[in-house]
Amino acid sequence: MACSATAKILQPLSIRSAEKSESCGKMLSPSSFLGSTPLPKKLFSVNKTISPLARRSATIVAVSSDVVKEKKLKSTQNLLITKEEGLVLYEDMYLGRAFEDMCAQMYYRGKMFGFVHLYNGQEAVSTGFIKLLKKEDCVVSTYRDHVHALSKGVPARQVMSELFGKTTGCCRGQGGSMHMFSKEHNVLGGFAFIGEGIPVATGAAFTSKYKREVFKEDCDEVTLAFFGDGTCNNGQFFECLNMAALWKLPIVFVVENNLWAIGMSHLRSTSDPQIWKKGPAFGMPGVHVDGMDVLKVREVAKEAVSRARRGEGPTLVECETYRFRGHSLADPDELRDPAEKAHYATRDPITALKKYVIENKLASEAELKAIEKKIDEEIEEAVEFADESPVPERSQLLENVFADPKGFGIGPDGKYRCEDPKFTQGTAQV
Amino acid sequence: MAAMLQSLGVTSASVTSNKFTAFSINSLPVIRSESRTVSVAINGTRKAGKVTTKAVAAQAENPTSAASKPGHELLLFEALREGLEEEMDRDPRVCVFGEDVGHYGGSYKVTKGLADKYGDLRVLDTPIAENSFTGMAVGAAMTGLRPIVEGMNMGFLLLAFNQISDNCGMLHYTSGGQFTIPTVIRGPGGVGRQLGAEHSQRLESYFQSIPGIQMVACSTPYNAKGLMKAAIRSENPVVLFEHVLLYNLKERIPDEEYVLSLEEAEMVRPGEHVTILTYSRMRYHVMQAAKTLVNKGYDPEVIDIRSLKPFDLYTIGNSVKKTHRVLIVEECMRTGGIGASLTASINENFHDYLDAPIVCLSSQDVPTPYAGTLEEWTVVQPAQIVTAVEQLCKQ
Repeated sequence: MACSATAKILQPLSIRSAEKSESCGKMLSPSSFLGSTPLPKKLFSVNKTISPLARRSATIVAVSSDVVKEKKLKSTQNLLITKEEGLVLYEDMYLGRAFEDMCAQMYYRGKMFGFVHLYNGQEAVSTGFIKLLKKEDCVVSTYRDHVHALSKGVPARQVMSELFGKTTGCCRGQGGSMHMFSKEHNVLGGFAFIGEGIPVATGAAFTSKYKREVFKEDCDEVTLAFFGDGTCNNGQFFECLNMAALWKLPIVFVVENNLWAIGMSHLRSTSDPQIWKKGPAFGMPGVHVDGMDVLKVREVAKEAVSRARRGEGPTLVECETYRFRGHSLADPDELRDPAEKAHYATRDPITALKKYVIENKLASEAELKAIEKKIDEEIEEAVEFADESPVPERSQLLENVFADPKGFGIGPDGKYRCEDPKFTQGTAQV
Repeated sequence: MAAMLQSLGVTSASVTSNKFTAFSINSLPVIRSESRTVSVAINGTRKAGKVTTKAVAAQAENPTSAASKPGHELLLFEALREGLEEEMDRDPRVCVFGEDVGHYGGSYKVTKGLADKYGDLRVLDTPIAENSFTGMAVGAAMTGLRPIVEGMNMGFLLLAFNQISDNCGMLHYTSGGQFTIPTVIRGPGGVGRQLGAEHSQRLESYFQSIPGIQMVACSTPYNAKGLMKAAIRSENPVVLFEHVLLYNLKERIPDEEYVLSLEEAEMVRPGEHVTILTYSRMRYHVMQAAKTLVNKGYDPEVIDIRSLKPFDLYTIGNSVKKTHRVLIVEECMRTGGIGASLTASINENFHDYLDAPIVCLSSQDVPTPYAGTLEEWTVVQPAQIVTAVEQLCKQ
């Protein structure tokens, strides 16, 4: 196994914090990684040596084919979730799916423009991770960020408004689809360039450590950074893995590996497509998990998040997932093999959870239908709200460029530009 | 938190008592320019008593008795450090990220001793990953800290352009005003002594179009400390340009705390015949040329614009209205530099007051050569400034 080769990596000296050094090898075996959670070891597929030829096959070695089997085996054991948790997870995933479907409709009706990237099929990753967080924990995403924002708690009406470009949007209409921010819910964006958000997430995790060690506060806030397989070939990814592991920052790097970066297959662009292996190279555990199964994701997420909360440092989690739609609404999606799409369609995370919940008698079909109806209404209401909201006035143009508008400088008349009455009308010369 | 912003102008005592040797500035009487009252709400209230309204008690005569002189003498890099240390004492959220800022003390000693005092987390030695640690500073700023990013050389920050442009500059806007990015990005730039092309870059021209950032350039220990403090206290992202050759300038600065305005220019030498606009190291070439010009009978008005973005059009405009002739002397490249923007701005706003076209002396559009003679010819020298003024005044 790969981890034995890395067991000899020396841990970096910790900065002024009393931490015991851990050997790298110990962190890699799944049972110790999971800590005390009593789970069958087979639940997580750990890397068996895969021959180079196998990597080139069209589908990655399926790590989840045991989903249904595992669950049947566990019927005598404790279930992974309670009823309440099950309903929360179901509601969140259904919200994500329904919202994105509505986005597509609205886009084709000319209500939103530009680049819109939908999350259909990947809901298990967002729900599995974000539903474990507290409000103070931070989430950083990419341009495929609608569902991350929704899972974190940003109201659907605010996200829809933002997409319509209205002032009531979460960013006053100034950000758009790719820039969802919420100070209240600690969603730190929404970034258009891939890899751009990872350092921001690292910085948020740094603040958490700073609060603990400089302010001496009891701070265990965690940051999650979501990004895709394409990003894992980008410099900022590697630079941040290094810094996060070096300083043991409370961050989890979540790779949403959907195998495609627009039209570039992950296998065609990456020398070693197994992204989770890049974690141990930097001194942090790397875990691969089936991203179409929300329960598996949730179990891994629990461990990764509590590792970070305990101050043990970062984790790299690779979620094998798939997007049912194209890269964006402008993508004709002609390159992907229909057989591949069909294969993943059978592994729809929402259908899988529904099946689990019903088979294990956690909830009835009727209860789930009620949730779906509630969400459908919420989405309809969000669209109505967005439709009726006003578009930004001209006066909004110059606001928010600077936190301190004196930054626009001093005009020829000696007054600050922001004091010009035309400034608030958005027509001042700046 | 008190946000005390005052504008202080420095004027020379008189032309005759000139002690403008190349690298030392004697104490000069400090006169406060008319204070600006801004009706825009600023965070915080005035903290009574802590900061005096006049930086130095007015001293009109005898700058020669050293013993009774108020203030303390230090070098420019020490002034930067003093400003940084005062702000770090004042606000525990202020921290520094950069390569070799901690244990090494900074490659130009600006952060010397600070890691011992504040610890490894507040003065963070980063790996060599400019884009990422600048982005880290943005993330830290969004979540409540006030980081200062040091580029070991300004040129290295080209690697951080993604984060500086997209995140520092734009994030406040794209988040609809929800997140502020109170970062300071600073470092030495400019042409040094045969440092080669890549270590001699002037990034002010590349950054000037980024919306949402402010840019200032310091040139004396006095304004270095004042601008450093102002930049740290500002809620906007500020890029502070220092110059490699100016770190050892010595000056006597006030003991009392003072903060300068980020948006104002500095009147270096009032005059009547021509307005010379400059910043950073070229200020000294201009003052050297000014000596020659005065001997030849000219009376140049020299303004250190200090604020590279936005321009202080009030100070500049008043000067243009007085002299009607403008010469810009900068170290930036000819194409798309600060001078180019300033020329356009003055033409737009003060065209009626000009008696002659604006002359802009910039560095050649050439990668800075290593050879000393070639390097000298790429930047503007005092002799060229004298010639330019003479020609300008003939028209």
